[in-house]
Amino acid sequence: MTGVLEGDIGMALVNILLLAVLFVVAIAIARLRSLFAIVMLSGIYSLVSATWYVVVDAVDVAFTEAAVGAGMSTIVLLGAMLLTSRTAKPDKKFARLGPLLVVVATGVMLIYATVDLPALGDPNSPVNTGVGMQYVQINWADTGIPNVVTSVLGSYRGFDTLGETAVVFLAGLSVALLLGFGERSLAESIRRGDKVHGRGKAAPSQAKPEEDAS
Amino acid sequence: MTAAALIAILLGMILLLIRTLIGPTLYDRVLAVNSFGTKTVLALGLLGFVMGRPEFLDIAILYAMINFVSTIAILKFFRYRSFQVPLVRRDAQRGKRNG
Repeated sequence: MTGVLEGDIGMALVNILLLAVLFVVAIAIARLRSLFAIVMLSGIYSLVSATWYVVVDAVDVAFTEAAVGAGMSTIVLLGAMLLTSRTAKPDKKFARLGPLLVVVATGVMLIYATVDLPALGDPNSPVNTGVGMQYVQINWADTGIPNVVTSVLGSYRGFDTLGETAVVFLAGLSVALLLGFGERSLAESIRRGDKVHGRGKAAPSQAKPEEDAS
Repeated sequence: MTAAALIAILLGMILLLIRTLIGPTLYDRVLAVNSFGTKTVLALGLLGFVMGRPEFLDIAILYAMINFVSTIAILKFFRYRSFQVPLVRRDAQRGKRNG
């Protein structure tokens, strides 16, 4: 397809562009005040980071990020916007200093921690000297699943994955039971303009379908 | 060649990102995010070929489905201010009233 050098330069460019887009989106999310734009930008952030996970060959993480980040959490954030106003309040000048310091300190610590990480593909790293290589060797004969990560998650640790799935399902079911379904749910009663307990004024009900059905 | 196409799509993503940032109306932003999702699908498909593993096309198809569902959800949010209104029922009622 392409030469080794050209391919490397191309992949480096792809990496740099994706990370630059992520950086710009993160700055914009921190700076913007319109909540809807922030929700849209967080969807873009998830899509770009999922693409980047595919670039660095973590396909399973990319799947999760795309399904949860871009699909589910956008919808959940929009639902949360039903319950609050459309723009964030402008915060005071000095109220930003504390969070900024915390973020900078965390970033410095994370960068410091990457110094100790073994290099990518280092044959002497713990990942490649421990039990991991044995799984890579016996995986195909054992399970017949071409992806090693999938074989570990779905076969070697199958019961663990089943338990995790049950926990996630129960959590989602509990949230749905708390918020309610259909006519008696929280969002529906706000849409109708009822007074909801713990909330002073009702949302404007300007979205009647009769008004804009021409 | 494929890598060049990938870079071009990434540049298009940057243009869409600018539209999302400065988009005057909400619908500009919805449209930009939808197109951004399409660009992501294309970029993933090309990435599979650049990295020599065309199996990534499956992931690209999954992304296309997620993109479609979230666009529908966003538009439904603007139309009805709720996700719990079935689209079919409202359409049937409106048709009955108009006709």
